[in-house]
Amino acid sequence: MAPPATRSAVVVGGNRIPFARAGGPYAHASNQDMLTVTLDGLVARFGLTGERIGEVAAGAVLKHSRDFNLTREAVLGSRLSPHTPAYDVQQACGTGLEAAILVAGKIALGQIDSGIAGGADTASDAPIAVNEGLRRALLDASHARSTVDKLKALAGLRPGQVVPETPRNAEPRTGLSMGEHQARTAAEWQIGREEQDALTVASHHHLAAAYDRGFFDDLVTPYLGLTRDQNLRPDTSLEKLARLKPVFGKDLGDAATMTAGNSTPLSDGASAVLLASENWAAEHSLPALARFVDAETAAVDYVHGAEGLLMAPAYAVPRLLARQGLSLQDFDYYEIHEAFASTVLTTLAAWQSEQFCRERLGLDAPLGSIDRDKLNVNGSSLAVGHPFAATGARIVATLAKELHDQPGETGRGLISICAAGGQGVVAILEAVK
Amino acid sequence: MTDRYTSFVNGGVGKGVAKRLGLPRPQVLRRYEVGQPLLDGSALVGGVGDAPLRGALTETLRSAGVELLEGEAVSSSGTKMAAVVVDATAARLITDLDDLRGVLQPTLRRLAPCARVLVVGSDPDQHADPQAAATQRALEGIVRSLGKELRAGATANLLLVDEAALSGSAVEVLESPLRFFLSARSAYVDGQPVRIRPAEVHEPADWTQPFAGQVVVVTGAARGIGASIATVFSRDGAHVVCVDLPAAGEALAKTANRVDGTALQLDITAPDAGERLAQHIAARHGGRLDVVVHNAGITRDKLLANTDADRWGSVLDVNLAAQLRINEVLLDPDRPGGLADGGRIVSVSSTSGIAGNRGQANYAASKAGVIGLVHALSAQLADRRITVNAVAPGFIETEMTAKIPLGTREVGRRINSLSQGGQPVDVAETIAWLAGPASGGITGQVVRVCGQSQLGA
Ligand SMILES: NC(=O)c1ccc[n+]([C@@H]2O[C@H](COP(=O)([O-])OP(=O)(O)OC[C@H]3O[C@@H](n4cnc5c(N)ncnc54)[C@H](O)[C@@H]3O)[C@@H](O)[C@H]2O)c1
Repeated sequence: MAPPATRSAVVVGGNRIPFARAGGPYAHASNQDMLTVTLDGLVARFGLTGERIGEVAAGAVLKHSRDFNLTREAVLGSRLSPHTPAYDVQQACGTGLEAAILVAGKIALGQIDSGIAGGADTASDAPIAVNEGLRRALLDASHARSTVDKLKALAGLRPGQVVPETPRNAEPRTGLSMGEHQARTAAEWQIGREEQDALTVASHHHLAAAYDRGFFDDLVTPYLGLTRDQNLRPDTSLEKLARLKPVFGKDLGDAATMTAGNSTPLSDGASAVLLASENWAAEHSLPALARFVDAETAAVDYVHGAEGLLMAPAYAVPRLLARQGLSLQDFDYYEIHEAFASTVLTTLAAWQSEQFCRERLGLDAPLGSIDRDKLNVNGSSLAVGHPFAATGARIVATLAKELHDQPGETGRGLISICAAGGQGVVAILEAVK
Repeated sequence: MTDRYTSFVNGGVGKGVAKRLGLPRPQVLRRYEVGQPLLDGSALVGGVGDAPLRGALTETLRSAGVELLEGEAVSSSGTKMAAVVVDATAARLITDLDDLRGVLQPTLRRLAPCARVLVVGSDPDQHADPQAAATQRALEGIVRSLGKELRAGATANLLLVDEAALSGSAVEVLESPLRFFLSARSAYVDGQPVRIRPAEVHEPADWTQPFAGQVVVVTGAARGIGASIATVFSRDGAHVVCVDLPAAGEALAKTANRVDGTALQLDITAPDAGERLAQHIAARHGGRLDVVVHNAGITRDKLLANTDADRWGSVLDVNLAAQLRINEVLLDPDRPGGLADGGRIVSVSSTSGIAGNRGQANYAASKAGVIGLVHALSAQLADRRITVNAVAPGFIETEMTAKIPLGTREVGRRINSLSQGGQPVDVAETIAWLAGPASGGITGQVVRVCGQSQLGA
C-alpha cells in the first residue's frame, strides 16, 4: 500500500476568552465551563452550529478527576454537532500546541478535514487532593463490606492526615517550583533584571496596542464581564517594574532577578483554534490564514542538572530548522512563550552562544540572533497571562492572523513553548495569501 | 422584560380587582407563531364607490387562506370579525366619507380581540383637486381616531396607494402590507398611515420563508431589540450576520448561535467599520448582501443645559453618523460585499425622534436625523430598486427601558392606544416586513411601532 499522500493543514481562525488572574472574575468557572464557552465563541464566529467537526483535541493541566473526558463534555455542552468526537491531551504548558500538532497531522494525512485544538486551565478552581493517608483510608472504607469494617478503616486516621493537599507548581522530581528552576537557569546565563523588565514592558505595550487597533476583535470573546486580559497593564513602565522585589531565586542574592512583574501570574482561561484542509475551508467559505508547516517536540534532562528545566525549545527549534532547511533568521515573526521574561532571554542567548550551539546542539556555528522587532509583536504571556493549556491555541491563532494580515506576499512564523517536565514544543506557520 | 401589571389584571384574581376598580385591562396581544393562520376568524371586505381594489383585495385574502364574510353572514350580528378591510381609494367627495362610516360602523361592535381594521386610500398628496385631497386626507383622521377607540388589542391602520399603483397588475404591491397589517406580526403597530408605490414585486415562494437564501446584517444584535430582529430574520429563512461591540461579544455569540448565524464583533463607529463589514460579506457569504438593519443605538440622556460635547457626540456618532458611513461603503455598486440591487436598508429611529423628549436632545437629534437620511437615501436608490425605511419604536420592554424610573416607565408604557409597552419582537416583525422581497412598494417611510403612542402623534 502506498504511503498516504499529505496535504496542508491551515489555520482558519481562533477564539479565546480574555485571560483572568487566579481568583479573579473566573474564580467560580470550571475548565469545562471555560472550554465550552470558548468553543461556542468559535462556533459563533465561523457559523458552525450543528457542524460535525473531524475532532476536537484539548486539555487542561490542572485537572479534576471528574474531568476525565473534559473535551468531549465541553463539545456536548457546545453548539457543535454532538457527533463531533473529542479527546483530552495533556503535555503541561505544551498541551495546546501539541493538540494543534495532532489535529494538523491528521488533517495532513487526510484522516480528518477539520479539527479544533485548544485547552483550558484554571488556577482558581484547581483540584484539591486529599492527603495520601486519608485517601487510602477512604478507599479502604469504601471497599469494606460491613459498617464495622468501614469504621475500622477510618479509625486509624490522624489529624494531620485530613489536611488537603493543594496542587503546587513544583516539579515532582526536584521539588523545586518552575520559578526556582528558571531562576537558576537565568543566573547561569547571567540574564539581567533590566532586560527582563524591558521584555515585560514590551509585552504589555504590544498587547495594549493590539487591542486598541481592534486586532483581537475576531480572536477574543468576552466572558463573565471581562473584555480584555485582566493582567494587562497598558501603562506599565521600566520604573514601575523596577520597584518590584524578586520572588524567585532569593537564595541567589544579587543574581535574583525574577519578580512578579517579569514572571507570568497564575491565570484562568481557555482558547481554541480551528484547523482544516484548504478544501474544507473553501467549501465553508472560511478563511485560510496560515499553513501549519511542521512541528517538533524536545525534552531535556533537567533532573540531573545537565540542563535548565525550560530549555527544551532551544533544542527543538534547531532540529525543526534543519528538517525544514531554514535558518533562525528566515522568519517574519517569532512567538516565544513568555513563561518568564528570562525564559525567552535565555533561549535567545543560547542560540547566540557558540559554546551552547556546539557542545549541546552539536552545531558548527551558533543559530545567531533574531530581530527583536519581530518578537511577540502582539504581546505574550507576561501581559496576557498564562492558563497553562490555553496558551498554545492562543499563540497559534494570534500568529496565524498576524501572518495573514501583514502586507507581504509571504510570511513565516516560529512558535516556541516551554513546558514542565523539561519539555519544549515548537512549530512553524506560513502565511496563506 | 415583564409587564407585571398586564399579567396581573389578566390573571384570576387581578381580573376581578381590575374590573371592580375600573382599571384599564390591557389585552394580551396576539403575536405571530410559525404555522399560525393569517387571521383567527373571518374578514369582511368593503368598499366606497366603485372601489377599484375591492376585487383584488378579496382575491388576495382568499389566496392567503382567509375566510371571507359574504351574504347572510355579513349582517348576522353573531359572527365576530377578525378583520375589516375597506377600499376607500375611490372616495373623492366629503359625502363619500359617510359611505365609509356606513361600512365601518356596524362592524365595530362585532370585532374579535386583536381584530384589524385596514382602510385603503389613495395618496392625498397626489390629488390636485382640493376636495379629493381633503377627502383622502380625512381617512387619516378617521383611522387615527378609530385606533384610539378600538379595544381589546384591535388596531386600525391606513394604506395609501399611489395612483400609478392603482392601475393594472401593480396591485401586487399591496399583498405584503396587507398580509402584515392583518397578521399578528403587526401587533403593536396602530393608527399608522403607510404609502405604497408601484414597484417590481417578488412574491416569495413561501410566505413563511421570505428570506430563504438571503444574507442579513443586523447591528446591535447582542441583546434587546437587535437580538429579536436576528431571531425573526433567521426564523424567516435568512442567514444573519450579528454585529455588536467587541465588549458585548459574550451575548453576541449567544444570539448568533441561537439563530444559527455568525457573530461579527465590530464597533460600528470604527472608521473602517463599513470596509470590515463588506470584507466579511465578500469573504464569508459569497459577496451577497440583501438586507442591512441599522439597529445599534445608545442613549446618554441629560438636559441640553448640562450636555457636554462628549455626551452629544457619542450619541450622534453611534446612532446616525456611523450608519451614514457604513451605507456609503455598502452602497458602492463596485464593492464586493456591498448591498445588492433590490436590497433593503431598515434603520431604527424612535418616537423621540418624531416628538422630541425632555433630556434627549442628542438622542432625538440622532433619531430625527435617521428619518431625514431615510427620505433622502430612498429617493437616491430608487433606480437600484433598493428600499430604505425606518421604524420608530415607542415604549418597548427592553433593558434600555427597564432603567427608566418606575413612575415615568409606567406612564410611558400606558399612554398609547393598547395601554401597554411593546415587545422587541414587535419592532423586529415590522422591520422584517419592510425588508421582505415583496415589500418593494414601500420606501422612504417611517413606520411607528408604538401602539399609537400619544407622543408626537
Ligand atoms: N427600547 C426602546 O424602548 C426603544 C425605543 C425606541 C428606539 N429604540 C432603539 O432601538 C434600538 C435598540 O434598542 P434596545 O432597546 O434594544 O437597546 P440595547 O441597549 O438593549 O441594545 C443596543 C445594542 O447596540 C449595541 N451597540 C451600541 N453601540 C454600538 C456600536 N458602536 N457598535 C456596535 N454595536 C453597538 C449595544 O452593545 C447593544 O447590544 C436602538 O437604536 C434604540 O435607540 C429603542
